[in-house]
Amino acid sequence: MVATQASREDTFPKLLDRNATVRGGRTAMRHKDLGIWQSWTWSEVREICRAFAEGLRTLGVTPGETVAVIGSNRPRLYWSMMAAQMLGAVPVPVYSDSVAEEMAYVLAHAEVKVAIVEDQEQVDKVLSIADRLPTLRHVLYDEERGLRDYDHGRLHPIGQMLAESRKRLASDPSAGQALDASVAGSKGSDLAIILYTSGTTGRPKGVMLTHDNVLISARNGCDFDRLDETDEVIAYLPLAWVGDHIFSYAQSLVAGFCVNCPESPDTVVEDRREIGTTYAFAPPRVYENLLTLTMVRMEDAGALKRRMFHYFLGVARRCGERILDGESVSLGDRLLYRLGEFLVYGPLKNRFGLTRIKVAYTAGEAIGPEIFRFFRALGVNLKQLYGQTEASVYVTMQPNGEIKADTVGRPAPDVEVRIADDGEVMFRSPGVFQAYFKDPEATQRTKTADGWVHSGDAGFFDKSGHLKIIDRAKDVGRMRDGSLFPPKYVENKLKFYPNIKEVVAFGNARDHVACFVNIDLVAVGNWAERNNVVYASYQELAGHPLVYDMIAAHVDEVNRSLAAEPMMGGAQVARFLILHKELDADDGELTRTQKVRRGFIADRYGPLVDALYDGSSEADIRTEVTFEDGRKGVIAARVKVRDCKTYPVTQQQTLEAAE
Amino acid sequence: MRAPGSDKGQMAGDVLLAVDDVSLSFGGVKAITDVSFDIRKGEIRAIIGPNGAGKTSMLNVINGFYHPQHGRITFKGETRQRMRPHVAASQGIARTFQNVALFKGMSTLDNIMAGRTLKMDGSFFWQLFRHGPAMREEIEHRKVVEEIIDFLEIQAIRKTPVGKLPYGLQKRVELGRALAMEPDLLLLDEPMAGMNLEEKEDMSRFILDVNNQFGTTVALIEHDMGVVMDLSDRVVVLEYGRKIADGTPDEVKRNQAVIDAYLGVPH
Repeated sequence: MVATQASREDTFPKLLDRNATVRGGRTAMRHKDLGIWQSWTWSEVREICRAFAEGLRTLGVTPGETVAVIGSNRPRLYWSMMAAQMLGAVPVPVYSDSVAEEMAYVLAHAEVKVAIVEDQEQVDKVLSIADRLPTLRHVLYDEERGLRDYDHGRLHPIGQMLAESRKRLASDPSAGQALDASVAGSKGSDLAIILYTSGTTGRPKGVMLTHDNVLISARNGCDFDRLDETDEVIAYLPLAWVGDHIFSYAQSLVAGFCVNCPESPDTVVEDRREIGTTYAFAPPRVYENLLTLTMVRMEDAGALKRRMFHYFLGVARRCGERILDGESVSLGDRLLYRLGEFLVYGPLKNRFGLTRIKVAYTAGEAIGPEIFRFFRALGVNLKQLYGQTEASVYVTMQPNGEIKADTVGRPAPDVEVRIADDGEVMFRSPGVFQAYFKDPEATQRTKTADGWVHSGDAGFFDKSGHLKIIDRAKDVGRMRDGSLFPPKYVENKLKFYPNIKEVVAFGNARDHVACFVNIDLVAVGNWAERNNVVYASYQELAGHPLVYDMIAAHVDEVNRSLAAEPMMGGAQVARFLILHKELDADDGELTRTQKVRRGFIADRYGPLVDALYDGSSEADIRTEVTFEDGRKGVIAARVKVRDCKTYPVTQQQTLEAAE
Repeated sequence: MRAPGSDKGQMAGDVLLAVDDVSLSFGGVKAITDVSFDIRKGEIRAIIGPNGAGKTSMLNVINGFYHPQHGRITFKGETRQRMRPHVAASQGIARTFQNVALFKGMSTLDNIMAGRTLKMDGSFFWQLFRHGPAMREEIEHRKVVEEIIDFLEIQAIRKTPVGKLPYGLQKRVELGRALAMEPDLLLLDEPMAGMNLEEKEDMSRFILDVNNQFGTTVALIEHDMGVVMDLSDRVVVLEYGRKIADGTPDEVKRNQAVIDAYLGVPH
């Protein structure tokens, strides 16, 4: 029965029809508007999507054409993707915060015929680049504010369009029949969506995914965590991101669960709490912020509450994770944990909106082990996965009971993963993309003839068969003695300490690894206050001998942990220095997404890099800085260099397990 | 900044408020001397001038807080000599203040609800118990307030006490409270004072949207000339309590008396 159904509903419009039949009265979508949660059932959603599709058809959208979707997570934008798919057209969600220039490239490259946008801001953006988009015929918008006086020649409010199409569908049965035929004729192998990768390197590329790609991946994900129609998610990550498309669109249709759209991007935390989501996804920084906020608030709490909090947090750290994983724990600890649940963990989870959470995922970047364990100790089933747009998300996932802070899990269902000779992770699965849109060269470079995809990431399998990602493959270098140098891996290990804000590691073709450290002014400033360390400026604090001692202790811990990993042991940090200024995107040292630009920094701070390697104990540096108002100035400083102890590497080979 | 196709010069119609020969003094200090100008329906009217020129006094005269010794004020065709602020408010004049005047301990929502006070007519009895007609009325008002919250994009601070908010947001809440009165004439006393560039841009957009979407007539005092020239349809310039210029932003910019007042004259 299940198998026949699975083969019958092979496209998303068919799944919508099924949901409207099987669970027509259940809530499919909610949106908080004017302070109240508005909701739509599956049958209502189907009716709206049909009207939407009819509207798009009237505007001349034909099968195979592309339709851009631009805006934040709003029901009508999700429905517009469904409407396009009903017609056999292909939705192209676009990052709504991209500037007009980037948007122009994507819209022109995708040859979109209609743009469906959220509000005036996006309308303005699209109109400003319209002369570069010869294929664009119409623009539809959801939020009508501020658009009254615009020229409505090819600009249409969605509300009005829906009302008109409803009338047509009611009066003309052939319109409805045409839609039915279009949906019935859709196939799993049809192109479902084009997702543009954010393009940290070079131009964005359009990843083409079929219904089969997305649907099979989404279904595997649902089965893996046993998601069903009773689950609730909150949709707050960009529509153009593959994760949102899987979690908030595809899986909702597959499992039949409800998607909640927040009132505004600023109210997500509050809205999540009101809904009590059971399935969640967030990048590490969201969890990090929740933890920091809690710790800061607890500092201000009364002495009794604070002691209670720290005592039960200790209990949770000792046995919380073991209880979550179903391991054996002594009766005393179990009772204490119960009490803690009542007094501390329960109220905390309620604050976070995680009371009803069944499974929460984090991905995208490495998460600090402390943060990861904190949430798991509280009883939140936080897990990691590793995914890519090219794979319809899933490459590896952590199964329940096998969760570790520093791996991304085992290959997901139906996914094959192997490590290439040069250390690059490669995968093959039913979710693997068809090709990059209009870019056969890039496709050829990324996807082999037999369906294996180059992930671009370097990684390895540990003893237990879990994948560990270490860095982007092209960034991984070799040191002069031949041992591996993964800069981000080393940097992340250091950045997990709250006192360290940024790290730049050097070591490619060198004798040893050395790094620049940026202290975190808030954390270190706080520490200085508590320890009576007096300082007048960032520069002075950064150069303080006690601060150097503190950072040296962190580096020492990192070296010990690196020494315990046979593959990484060679990358222990031999020398470091603390930079006299914060690395800043305005000075070109970071990208706008706050990633360090290693090459640029190495050039700019040439004398300091030399000092790290010529053995000198200090060096002078003069750099130009850009102030916030655009003026320029020069900062000069004498920076000290500190030597660190390195440890002998554990010599045991573990690679066989993976092969 | 304005949407294409909107020609405010033609849209702005009848005179909504006329100030004729108004003079105001406190003891021997003359705050305003023989000033006349008008505000037309649907326009954005700016009042500018150096410090102490009498701009805030002028707003206080318009909403009945001060009573001029001399001159007449005609609002919606009705001429008056004296008016009390609450009468002005019930006739459709709302304002914000140079220094934010909100109930600091109350939430954003409650502050904006307070703007609906004059529109409430349920009996005290029912209000006391929050039942029956009073409850239905409150729901109606809450709906209007929620629309304003949505309009000003302050959903995230709906339940935050306003005393905890940064200044720029407090200004926005104050605008929300004034909008809750659904005024015909909105008086804004330095709506952008103390704001950074981004906050100013947001506020400018809200003022334009209020004017454009609800057709509310706006009179504003502002020091940022860029903002004034971008937003307003007509500008009146005061100096030492006298009117020295009146016209479109371009006319005013070229006016020699205005240039002298702002840049100083060589002696």
